[in-house]
Amino acid sequence: MMLTGAQILMKILKEEGVDTIFGYPGGAVLDIYDELGRTDIRHIMVRHEQGAAHAADGYARASGGVGVCLVTSGPGATNTVTGIASAYMDSIPIVVITGQVPTSLIGNDAFQEVDIVGITRQCTKHNYLVKKTEDLAGIIKEAFYLAGSGRPGPVLIDIPKDVAINRILYRPPEDIKLRSYNPTYNPNMWQISKVIKLIKEAKRPVIFAGGGVILSKASDELTEFARKLQIPVTTSLMGLGAFPGTDPLWLGMIGMHGTYRANMSTGACDLLIAVGVRFDDRVTGKTDAFAAQAKIVHIDIDPTSIRKNIPVTIPVVGDCKITLGHLIKQIEKEEIVDIGKKRKEWLQLVDQWKSTNPLAYSQKNIIKPQFVIDRLYKITKGEAIITTEVGQNQMWAAQYYHFDRPGHFITSGGLGCMGFGLPAAIGAQVACPDKLVVDIAGDGSIQMNIQEMATAVQHSLPVKVVILNNKYLGMVRQWQELFYGKRYSSTNMEYAPDFVKLAEAYGAVGLRASKPEEVESVFSEGLFNNKTVVMDFQVEQEECVYPMVPAGSPITEMLLV
Amino acid sequence: MEEEKYILSILVDNKPGVLSRIVGLFSGRGFNIESLNVAETTDFQVSRVTLITMGNAPVIEQIEKQLNKLINVIKVFNFTGKEFVEREMALIKVHAKSEYRAEILRIVDIFRCKVVDVGQDHYTIEVTGDKGKLDALLSLLMPIGIKEVAKTGIIALLRESDKKKI
Repeated sequence: MMLTGAQILMKILKEEGVDTIFGYPGGAVLDIYDELGRTDIRHIMVRHEQGAAHAADGYARASGGVGVCLVTSGPGATNTVTGIASAYMDSIPIVVITGQVPTSLIGNDAFQEVDIVGITRQCTKHNYLVKKTEDLAGIIKEAFYLAGSGRPGPVLIDIPKDVAINRILYRPPEDIKLRSYNPTYNPNMWQISKVIKLIKEAKRPVIFAGGGVILSKASDELTEFARKLQIPVTTSLMGLGAFPGTDPLWLGMIGMHGTYRANMSTGACDLLIAVGVRFDDRVTGKTDAFAAQAKIVHIDIDPTSIRKNIPVTIPVVGDCKITLGHLIKQIEKEEIVDIGKKRKEWLQLVDQWKSTNPLAYSQKNIIKPQFVIDRLYKITKGEAIITTEVGQNQMWAAQYYHFDRPGHFITSGGLGCMGFGLPAAIGAQVACPDKLVVDIAGDGSIQMNIQEMATAVQHSLPVKVVILNNKYLGMVRQWQELFYGKRYSSTNMEYAPDFVKLAEAYGAVGLRASKPEEVESVFSEGLFNNKTVVMDFQVEQEECVYPMVPAGSPITEMLLV
Repeated sequence: MEEEKYILSILVDNKPGVLSRIVGLFSGRGFNIESLNVAETTDFQVSRVTLITMGNAPVIEQIEKQLNKLINVIKVFNFTGKEFVEREMALIKVHAKSEYRAEILRIVDIFRCKVVDVGQDHYTIEVTGDKGKLDALLSLLMPIGIKEVAKTGIIALLRESDKKKI
């Protein structure tokens, strides 16, 4: 069978089960787009390539599969870099296909030429420049395999125009064999038995789970493990939803804006079981003081995560789901007597911390941002898929919306990328058409990819945008208030568009709440319909996110309300 | 923590961009590479990279893991603390005026090197050895006058007795 490169690309994408691509056409990908138009693959045309990468990211997280994005060479490719870097930091499986100038022109500073493989080498799991059409099929298959296996991540394929045009005799690619890539899924059983021993000895254990639990679809195992052993659970920002946010064993999020009881429990525990985490500095604060009394078990599929930031008592390299499965089996085998009695004292202490400094705010004349999230949680019964931008909006979303299931909290955790939420919501909505998808945004970050409103409206995606509008770059302002003598250098955002009119200009619905009593009605009007809706909440301008651990301090030393 | 010299021997896919990925791991973390040598092995699809860097144990552990994580890296050997043979080759072009020619040849003889190119006022000397030998030779030739030096960077292999322990 004679096929062009573009036809081969479509064929393999179909074989990989791709039904949606987020992208933006251009000169170098004209042939690919021409072919794409002949398939039944759905193309979501974004308004900026960064949006395409974030949307693929949101799609991957909401669907549990691989997100795909397709852009042209040069500026099209460079515009995806922030989205790729965000996916890389959060280990999200996306495949980014970029056009490239014809092979004969590569290196000649041709029109719309950049070395995107060179540029993205440090922010992709792997990347490829396809030099021959004959190599294309194998590379695409390999890219999907790499993106989704082991510790997932973004993979980029750079396809020169002539590689897409050339017609060759198509041979199906052989099975992927990579002698240099072999992720360790199964843990060492000797390590497992050592973990069990530590669990038996522990008096004050805590589980600290992260995004790895969600990526390996291990939430059920984690929940079973924690409940069986009556161990309280905290998670990182990326781990929210890995353990039910309404469970009595739930401590809340850990770290810089973690709950008092999560941080205190971690400080006081004698065993920390870390699952699918990488001990980010926003989690650990001062590393020497982090879980200083605890022996630490660290389960992760990526050996580089282990002992990178925190010394570990027992490292376990393995898939979270498989490893937790082994641990559960082992626990069932051994008789663990009176676990409730054994834990009683510790759980009582943890409960005391719950009531000492709970998350709190007082709603008076001006709308409190926390109140907005609180209401959103109640009205949506905690069932919405929440995406966020970055900053205060992200932290309040993490604190006040309680996630019972994985895949419902989608945020740029590692890179902390403003402008993520709206395109990610679009991706999530495409993946889950019947779900309510809400982007919790700030007035600053929503403007970073506001153009994607047009994408949502064009494709009839009923994404809801909740803007916590405080007319500041709130989180930066908060740091200026607390650590820079209230000198608000360049954080004032008074010059913003009228978001209601802007929404209408895009063909979406715009609603506004200026008083606390309007919050409820805006939600009931804005949330449950099939339109793209922007809800502008005029919130308290100088509200801060608490608790807060100043950067570099121990996480047990929190600034409280 | 004390910094030490580490010798890493890395088997990689012989493909474009692979070296850049390896070097990127170092530059991205602000580490210097002291010496680097890359060449094909008997399998033309595989190259061996011999790399010398300074660091402390946790940093090197992290580098080893990061190298292993690269898709094109097949295997990483850390030679530090093991029995291995190490060699470096240098070509040294020295000023060779008539009054020094005999002295240079004497030094060449003592160090068991070879003169591989000769001209009216220069010798080019080929020398192979470990770092100590090369340094000693260079310091002897320095007062006579060195025009240019090219070094291969260190290459190393484990001694067979130690290899079995890995």
